[in-house]
This record gives sequence, structure tokens and C-alpha cells, in this order.
Amino acid sequence: MLHIVACIKQVPDTKIIKMNPKTNTMDRRTAPAILNPYDAHAVEEAVRLKERYGGTVSVVSMGPPPAVKAIKKCVEIGADEGYLITDRRFAGADTLATSYALTKALEKISKIKPVDLVICGKMSIDGDTGQVGPGIARRLDIPPLTSVNKVVEINKEEGYAIIHRKLEDGYEIVQSTLPCLFSVEKTINEVPYSSFQNMLKAARYQPHIWSVDDLEDVDIKQLGLKGSPTIVSKVWAPPKPEGGSFIEGSPKEQVEELLSILLEKKELFNIKEG
Amino acid sequence: MMDFKDYNGVWVFIEEKDGVISQVSLELLGAGRKLADKRGVELAGIIIGENIKQLSHTIFEYGADTAYVYDQPIFKHYRTESYMRALLECTNKYKPEIILFGATSTGKDLASAVATDLPTGLTADTTELDVDEETGLLLASRPAFGGNIMATILCKKYRPQMATVRAKVMKALEPQPGRRGTIIEEEIQLKEDDIRTKVLEIVEATTKKVRIDEADIIVAGGKGLGSSEGFQLVRQLADVLGGAVGASRDVVEAGWIEHPHQVGQTGVTVTPKIYIAIGISGAIQHIVGMKNSGLIIAINKDPEAPIFNTCHYGIVGDAFEIVPLLIDQFKTALRREGLTHVREV
Repeated sequence: MLHIVACIKQVPDTKIIKMNPKTNTMDRRTAPAILNPYDAHAVEEAVRLKERYGGTVSVVSMGPPPAVKAIKKCVEIGADEGYLITDRRFAGADTLATSYALTKALEKISKIKPVDLVICGKMSIDGDTGQVGPGIARRLDIPPLTSVNKVVEINKEEGYAIIHRKLEDGYEIVQSTLPCLFSVEKTINEVPYSSFQNMLKAARYQPHIWSVDDLEDVDIKQLGLKGSPTIVSKVWAPPKPEGGSFIEGSPKEQVEELLSILLEKKELFNIKEG
Repeated sequence: MMDFKDYNGVWVFIEEKDGVISQVSLELLGAGRKLADKRGVELAGIIIGENIKQLSHTIFEYGADTAYVYDQPIFKHYRTESYMRALLECTNKYKPEIILFGATSTGKDLASAVATDLPTGLTADTTELDVDEETGLLLASRPAFGGNIMATILCKKYRPQMATVRAKVMKALEPQPGRRGTIIEEEIQLKEDDIRTKVLEIVEATTKKVRIDEADIIVAGGKGLGSSEGFQLVRQLADVLGGAVGASRDVVEAGWIEHPHQVGQTGVTVTPKIYIAIGISGAIQHIVGMKNSGLIIAINKDPEAPIFNTCHYGIVGDAFEIVPLLIDQFKTALRREGLTHVREV
């Protein structure tokens, strides 16, 4: 029986979010908080592996208390247990401090039930880094496998996994020892609509909530802003480039002028004298 | 507290495939050269692989002073654990102040692992780099918060400072044939059994991958086209102009077109000679992926759309009116001048 843990994040829906033009910061109130879309694929893959091999799927997240909602979403997808680590001391974490905190949570989860496989989404849509997954793998000292777009086999008895890793041009088939960590591509699966049964279960489900004090052997200096080597020194809008101009007039006039601009570059159009 | 005086020089991790250095690594040597010159330090490339020693000469021609080389059979395939061990060992031995990686899947994978073990700060998907002459602080800038704004990231308390850098945003130097440097050959004590992963097989893609970054002309569409059907307009114009089809992130997420067509920070960076943006508002994460195009034309209903700040020519208008007219007129112009379109197959 496998124990698979998916690491997930609640994110503001960056497609909808508005910027405050005065402060150049995100106005989080304008955007609904959602389960990071890449993480939905991580949870879905964990659930599929559970269906294939039997076992349990847990999800773990670091975030403010409302992130419970994202964990419930994972239960809708089919996760069995959810763990939220939430504490002001986690706030302001960069990828290094995030991977540290999640690792501490994973260590505690594996004491409850040993973990065979950790699955992360490719990246979060608000951070866009993809660095936390490999970071967790290093800290747990298990092999990180990024760009995973297919799981061929998990063999717990013999202690290995075989997967496909997407390459720039094709893919490679890789065998790894277990436990290991996958960062999965969006293309690995499609997340179907949740069953009514799972939705009911999710509605009633209460995740385990841990603060820093509930975790073990935590070096407070490695958490949150204090534990983050990178800092955002300034946020800025790029300078406006010079020289742009509008083509005015009726649509017909606009198109005529645009055409003459394009035809100056005739040599680019793969055309030849007929 | 670390003594920063011990850390010296700018390094670039050199990615190679089948004995050819990837373009992004050459671009990073160009960017790294500038940083190294500003600091008055050496630029080095670190090359890990099997039968790759001769690539040192190439990196010297592209600006490196030194090549650190790990040429051993165990490095035949990229694997996080083996490459990471080499890079960690080399970094701890020679202590560079900055290490740059291409923001490719390999570069990001390796950089994330190495930064965790060192530990140090790592900035992802950088699109602008600068360094403070005095303090040596790396100013690594990237679109942030979903790509609506730029942020400059610093790593003040740790060395080396690390960043992954997007392809096609930095410029490679003109190679100087015969330019020389120092090769430092390293060897790591690592047995196959020490590595927990094995590459069983590499399968090359059978269908040719869409490479819009190689196109001279790109016609790109955004959410302003309203629907998957509306997006057809982009395909039609691209077809007539003999260009490739690009798209904004929204459009790809809406499923109107596949990811290889996505232009921007989490898609492809493109530098075509002509870029026509239709119904694209121009979020910064999109702009960083196309702003270096030769001629940028934007068509959008909204005169306030940020894309108009980046384009050379802007048309405020309805794409469904403008684009069909343009297709028509372009075809007429071709006929008038007795030209025929040659489509590449």
C-alpha cells in the first residue's frame, strides 16, 4: 500500500488579479484564491496511483488559515487526508524557506505513516519558479524527478519507480529508487469533475492544522522571511519604450498604412516573383 | 557569517547536447562577461558531461576565461544527483560569487537542487541582470506576481548568488576565433551505485516540435478575440503572411491553442522580425517574451492597453474588422506585384 503525499498551494488567481498602479503591488482582494492549477494535476496523479496500486493520498500545504479551502478542493479530487501548516513565522518565505517548512511537515507526516512518494506540481502560478519541489527532495534526501509527464510503474516491494521525463525534444525513461519526488507536468493527466460523493466528503472534511510548535526539530532561523536568502528589493513597471505611434484613420486607411509598412519587409514573406 | 572576500568570479553552467553547446549558455556567457568586467573578475564556464572537454575552446571564443571540466562516463546523461555533486564540489572548492544557469528544464532542476544544498538564494527565470560594482550584489530582475510587474531580487547574505535566466533575452558575444583560456580538469569520486536514478532510454520526439521561436513572422492572439472561433483570425493572417501562430497565456489556458505557441515568461521568448499582436492586452509576462522583436504591431480595441507602450505601430480598432481587411489587401498586393506565396512545408 502506497502512501503518496502531494504538496499543494493556494494562490490568487493571477488571471483575474488587478495591480494597484500606485504601489505596484498585487491587490489580493481583487482575486479569488484557488488551488494552484498545476497542483491539481499532482493530486490527480496521486489519486490515480492510489487507484492503481492501493494506498493513501495525503496533501500538505503551507499558507494562511483560509488555505483550508484549497485542501478541501484536493479532497474533492480524491485525497484522503490534508495537512495545513500555518503560522505567522512562516510568512514571507522564499523558495528555500518554503521547502524547509514543507520538509518539516513531511517528516512529521511520515512519522504518522511512512511516505513512499511525494508529488508536486510543476510550479505555482503566483511564484512561477518550480524550485520548491526539487528543494524538498534535497532536504528529504530523496531523488528529485522534475518534468514528469507519465508514471510507468511504481513497485514498492522492489523499491523503484519508472517514469517519463519530458525533454526539450522528446522524453527520457528514468528509473529511480523509492521514495522519490516527482514534479509533474500539466500534460500528465486531466483533472475530471469531482464526484458528488467526494464533494460531500470534502464539505465535511477538516484538515489537520499544525503550527510551528507542532513540528519537530525546527530551526526557527530557517523559516519565513528570516530564513529566506532572497529578498525583493524593488518592484517596478518597465520603462515605456520610445518611438511607438498610432496608425489613425478609418479602418480602411489604417489597413492601407499597415500594409505599406509590412510590404517594406517583403523579403520576409517567403514570396517570389511569379 | 560568510566572508564574501573568499568568493570571486562569475560562472555559467554550460548545457550541451550531443557535443553542441546550447544557445542559452552562449547567451549567458555574453551576459556573464558584462557582469565579470564590471566587477573586474574572471568569467568561467562549468562543463559537465562525457567527451565534452573540447567544448572549452568554444566557451573561450564566446568570452569565458576559464573552463572547469568534469568529463567522466558517469555524466553521460543529465541526472540531478550526479551533476549536482560535481557542481557542489566545484563551487565549494573555487567559490564563485555568481552562478548563472539557463532557465531550461535541466538548468532549473540543477540550480534548485544546488541552491538547497549550499544553501543560497536562487532567482528563477530572470530577464534582466546587473551587478553592483562595489558590493558585488547581483540585481536579478524578473516578472513577478503572475507577470504583471517586474521585481528585482537580491541575495545579500549568501554566496554564491544564483539565478536561472530565460533563453533569448541576453545576447551572445560575437565569437573570437582563437581566443584562449585556462582549462581546469576536475574529477569526482562517484560510482554508478551512488546515484539513485538511471536513464533507461531517451526517446526523441517523432513529430516535429512547434518552434515558433525560429519564425521570422509571428501573428499572436489574445483573449480579446473572444473565443476559440475568433482566434481563427490569427491563424488566417499567419497563413497569409507565411508566419507562425503565437498566443498569450490566457488563450493557452483557455485551450484555444497548445502551449508550444505561448509567448511570454512561462512560454517561449521570441525575437521575430515582425510580431503582430491581436487582442493581446500586454501583461508584462507576455511583453518580456516578445519585446525584442524587430517590428511590433499591435491591434486592440482598448486604447489604454499596455501593449501599445511596447509596439512600434498601434491600431486602435476592432480586430474582426481590421484583420479580414488586411488579409484581403495583402492578397491583392501580392497579385498586383505579380508575387506568389511560397509556403514552407
